[in-house]
Amino acid sequence: MIGIIDYGMGNLHSVSKALERLGLPYFLSEDTDELAKADGLILPGVGSFHDAMNLLKEKGQEDFIKKWAADGRPLLGICLGMQLLFDGSEENKHTQGLGFLPGYAKHFPGITEDGTAYKVPHMGWNKLTFKQPQHDLLKDVEEGHVYFVHSYVIQTEDEDVLVADSDYYENVPAVVGRGRVLGTQFHPEKSSTIGMKILENFGRIVAEGGNTYE
Amino acid sequence: MITKRIIPCLDVKEGRVVKGVQFVGLRDAGDPVELSSFYDGQGADELVFLDISASHEGRKTMVDVVREVAGTLAIPFTVGGGINTLDDMRTILRAGADKVSLNTAAVKRPELISEGADYFGSQCMVTAIDAKFDEELHSWRIYTHGGRTPTEWEVTDWAKEVVERGSGEILLTSMDQDGAKDGFDLSLTETVNNAVSVPVIASGGAGAKEHFSEVFSETNADAALAASIFHYKETSVEEVKKHLREEGVRVR
Repeated sequence: MIGIIDYGMGNLHSVSKALERLGLPYFLSEDTDELAKADGLILPGVGSFHDAMNLLKEKGQEDFIKKWAADGRPLLGICLGMQLLFDGSEENKHTQGLGFLPGYAKHFPGITEDGTAYKVPHMGWNKLTFKQPQHDLLKDVEEGHVYFVHSYVIQTEDEDVLVADSDYYENVPAVVGRGRVLGTQFHPEKSSTIGMKILENFGRIVAEGGNTYE
Repeated sequence: MITKRIIPCLDVKEGRVVKGVQFVGLRDAGDPVELSSFYDGQGADELVFLDISASHEGRKTMVDVVREVAGTLAIPFTVGGGINTLDDMRTILRAGADKVSLNTAAVKRPELISEGADYFGSQCMVTAIDAKFDEELHSWRIYTHGGRTPTEWEVTDWAKEVVERGSGEILLTSMDQDGAKDGFDLSLTETVNNAVSVPVIASGGAGAKEHFSEVFSETNADAALAASIFHYKETSVEEVKKHLREEGVRVR
């Protein structure tokens, strides 16, 4: 069973509907006692990094998620939810993240080094390039296009956490992971067949991992 | 690199798609759910639903339509028409739409854009702009109420205003070209594109697949929207994308 963490900032409906279509059992909750009964968690999110971290703290979810990740249990962050898995964001000067993955979210500058202006947010369908084609999340996934909407982008020195990336005037980490802490910058629930396959793969990781400690 | 988006637009009245014709294999051309799956299968990158219901009941039906579409569609979709308050936005977004589009309501009360952006995020706030060239203004004037009511706004001023207020995307319809089927308004599209830093969807005037390659090669539009050309099978999303690929335009 997948638990979707409801902390008041995601489009929970789309994610839920996608899981429904895949026949993956799930529930939504903000209650950590309830969420603890799940076999895998999804951390959705759209909007401000700062607000999201505050809400996770207020609802007592931050410590719960930290313990969850430390126990090696499956966690998938989507969009802002993925960025929260990293050290922090330059939003509001500096906001501390969950710190499971090394890296930092910074705003797209909107202008290249040679002075060409480009649009922010990075919105639309962009192509994935696989860095770790053998990764469990990418099983039977085609190296095609997925749907992005974001104004901040993760910068990381640690290539090991990059599962797939994309390109929007700079490198865009698109699928990230270390152990069972996983994330997608794009919206798999809005990314047609490729996105659905990735969610299905997460469902399989959850089913295989079960509710057991590593 | 990011691809150019092709967006079919569906007009929905009292819960039924109007202007739709019978596609092969489609049981009910008026069913928004079936029609949206059809366009998804054809490779549409996104869909726009425009609620043209006149009645309160029709509006309520739209919420059910949105919920049903959200249950089957795995690509983003925007809902516009009849969204006048923060509550309306919440209802539509909760029902599963990815973005809401404001038009007349935004001109009447621009604060609505800021409030929506603060509450739901800029990424789901689209402003639909209907513009018509005005000799007196030497530029394009903004119209509301489905193009019936002229406003005092010049198009670039209004575009900048809505972006400043937190609109994350502009759906730009040329009233001069709308229905003419001889191509998008390149000059209007590029003018607005140069004025703002958010994605612009060109709309109005698509009559052939070549018009799509034209708007993407001549302007920096991020997406192109069309209705009747797709509904009446004059071309298909598949054909348009094939053509764009041949012309070297990046598409999904």
